Amino acid sequence: MSAPTSRSGLLSKYDSGSYFCELLGSPTSPHPVFETIEQQLSTITEDELRSRAAAAENDLYDLGVTFTVYSEKNAIDRVLPFDMIPRILSAADWTMLEAGVRQRVRTLNLFLADVYGPQKVLKDGIVPADLVLGNPNYRAQMQGVKVANDVYVAICGIDLVRDQNGQFMVLEDNARTPSGVSYVLENRRMMHRAWPELFHGLGVQSVDGYGARLRQALAENAPGGEADPHIVLLTPGTYNSAYFEHVFLAREMGVTLAEGRDLVVVDSKVYLRTIAGLRRVDVIYRRIDDDFLDPLVFREDSMLGVPGVMDAYVKGNVHLANGVGTGVADDKAVYAYMPRLTRYYLGEDPIIPNVETHLCNEAEGLAYTLANLEKLVVKPVGASGGYGVVIGPRATKAEIEETRAQIIADPGNFISQPVIGLSVCPTVCKDGIEPRHIDLRPFAVTGKDTWVLPGGLTRVALRKNSLVVNSSQGGGSKDTWVLFSEGTR
Amino acid sequence: MLLSRHAEAAFWLARYVERAENLARMLDVQNVFAADTRDPASWRSILTLNSDEARFLENHEQADRESVTQFYVLDQDNPTSIVAAIHAARENARALRPLIPTEMWTQLNVFHRKIHALTMADLSEARLPRTYAMIKEGCQAHTGITEGTFFRDEAWYFYSMGRSLERADQTTRLLDIKYHQLLPFGATVGSGFDIGQWNSVLRSAAAYYAYRRAHFGAMSPGTVAGFLLQNRAFPRSVALCVDDMGRVLNGLRSRYHLRGGVVALERIDEVQAELNGRSIESILIGGLHEFLDMLQTVLGHLGGDIARDFFLYGEIAGQAQVQSQ
Repeated sequence: MSAPTSRSGLLSKYDSGSYFCELLGSPTSPHPVFETIEQQLSTITEDELRSRAAAAENDLYDLGVTFTVYSEKNAIDRVLPFDMIPRILSAADWTMLEAGVRQRVRTLNLFLADVYGPQKVLKDGIVPADLVLGNPNYRAQMQGVKVANDVYVAICGIDLVRDQNGQFMVLEDNARTPSGVSYVLENRRMMHRAWPELFHGLGVQSVDGYGARLRQALAENAPGGEADPHIVLLTPGTYNSAYFEHVFLAREMGVTLAEGRDLVVVDSKVYLRTIAGLRRVDVIYRRIDDDFLDPLVFREDSMLGVPGVMDAYVKGNVHLANGVGTGVADDKAVYAYMPRLTRYYLGEDPIIPNVETHLCNEAEGLAYTLANLEKLVVKPVGASGGYGVVIGPRATKAEIEETRAQIIADPGNFISQPVIGLSVCPTVCKDGIEPRHIDLRPFAVTGKDTWVLPGGLTRVALRKNSLVVNSSQGGGSKDTWVLFSEGTR
Repeated sequence: MLLSRHAEAAFWLARYVERAENLARMLDVQNVFAADTRDPASWRSILTLNSDEARFLENHEQADRESVTQFYVLDQDNPTSIVAAIHAARENARALRPLIPTEMWTQLNVFHRKIHALTMADLSEARLPRTYAMIKEGCQAHTGITEGTFFRDEAWYFYSMGRSLERADQTTRLLDIKYHQLLPFGATVGSGFDIGQWNSVLRSAAAYYAYRRAHFGAMSPGTVAGFLLQNRAFPRSVALCVDDMGRVLNGLRSRYHLRGGVVALERIDEVQAELNGRSIESILIGGLHEFLDMLQTVLGHLGGDIARDFFLYGEIAGQAQVQSQ
């Protein structure tokens, strides 16, 4: 699907092969601003581009926009690799994606309110009850708990991919503590510094509003309709690899960044330890998993959490974002039911379809998976971060057989999907500008309504031919641009 | 509504940077002084002053220029080294990251990397002066950026108190070290050698020219010690730092209606009375070392008073102290 016309400048040798290219578009529907970008790319040399990229990376390093990897003695700060060529979404694509993400978030929240409420979805047999109630992420403590505005998932990240035909699909829902939004904002700031002229004449939607929107959404969920609620962001601490993001979000929202030891529960109410004594807290945006949240209810050995916070939450004295037990909705097995859930709760077809998914806990899905292992991607249900994923066409015979044995031993722990030939985007590589596979994680925040940050995090698999975009597996990121539609600027 | 933990981090961030700067000053001047006098024993007095002698001798045969400099600049295992102080400063800044400006953080982050990259080659006799200049400039850049960008809410008050307290403490130590070195030469007060010693005291505190503007006549131990202890115009004098602490603490209490800090204020009164109420002559007669020792003890208690009232508040607060918003 490479573009038919000859190209100039830095893209003269670019060939996206059989993959859908995010910058070229398709022959029938070329990308609306491709010519402008190609023009811009012809005014800059590869060396200049590389030197700007190096300066940008250095900025990130100085700013401490880093993952921290702790070894025995030293803290090693690593920068998430950043690619200078942005991924650009047309206004039409974005309008569809935004509606699709909102629909997805509504479905997730309705499903959670149902699961932890009347459980109609289980009684009607839409989703097998044991898949939900036997799920390790189901929290029985949440049964019957009233959650403000029924917002269980206030912050959601939906992972999207695009196939060879340019069709967007949902790959995964992140309804627990989705991370990466700080990179969206930092990447934009960096692009404005490093390559300001690339923005000329395009009309790119701003991403600056995220902090204010998030704060507003969290405030709308405060208990008792408190007009100016006290919001804190709860971090596991300075040694957490995402600490930079926690700092970033606390600053963007203008709220206190607290650790578990800064909070105390007295009479089922949560307080912050301040220089003036204890101060009441209304909303906690927690970046700590359920397991570590409250040692009195979950893991006793957790030093990160706040003893008693679940009691305060259950009594409605504090709002937690995200809610407890949301992991039951973004599970890879429940994912397969999302199209059915959308129809069940909203009476609508999904705007963004799922990737076709075979559940190994169903006889049919198991048989299909075992018969087609070399063609499929097999994923363990519980894991995240790309760990344990086996890509059939790229696996050795031994790996396939090992996977087969694992599936047979514990079918319920696996799903399989066809290999998606992820779309590509021109990327600055060692030997020039080359296609690299990418995905997209838009972020949605929900208070009384849902707002979607224009764009999202575009992750890029920097290794040639790799389909795995996770930062733990050699991935980087790109700035993501959403164009204004004609006439709205 | 400042977290106790953040208050503590701000207080210590300032202290560690101030400590690193003073250590660099002291070592820099010592280097020149030791070269002038060819007195290797003088290196030992720096260890004595910081109560580091025993720890140093565990891993070192003798105290000379190279070993003491390495110990105080590069040694990551030595908690009183410059590299350890800057590391601790950066860890506190990391905890405080949500409250400090990006420029403050970036400078400290880059400075920290520079300090960590130092090697023995940077401590060679030829390069050492430049290395100390780099360290002092890094600390001063931090102080300047902080002055110009740090939002002046509660955290700033704690930062300021930390800086004043550490500065006062460091000045007493600077005087004390020279007291140790000068003790055997007490009989030669007024000789050329003695003057050189007192010059170096003043230079360590960046006080030489300031002193010259305040005192015209002959330099004496009394005028130098008096200047560093009591002068209310010199930014590193103990009196000025203690005054600043009192002013900042009063400001914090009244602006934010805080009840804590009463004991600390009483103790500040006490130090002020000691510093104001006695002439330098009477201090010298009573023993300079004893006086400095007393000051260091009181300043230590002062840090404890602040910690008890503000940093540990939540931990000792019972339900009765729960306040409404």
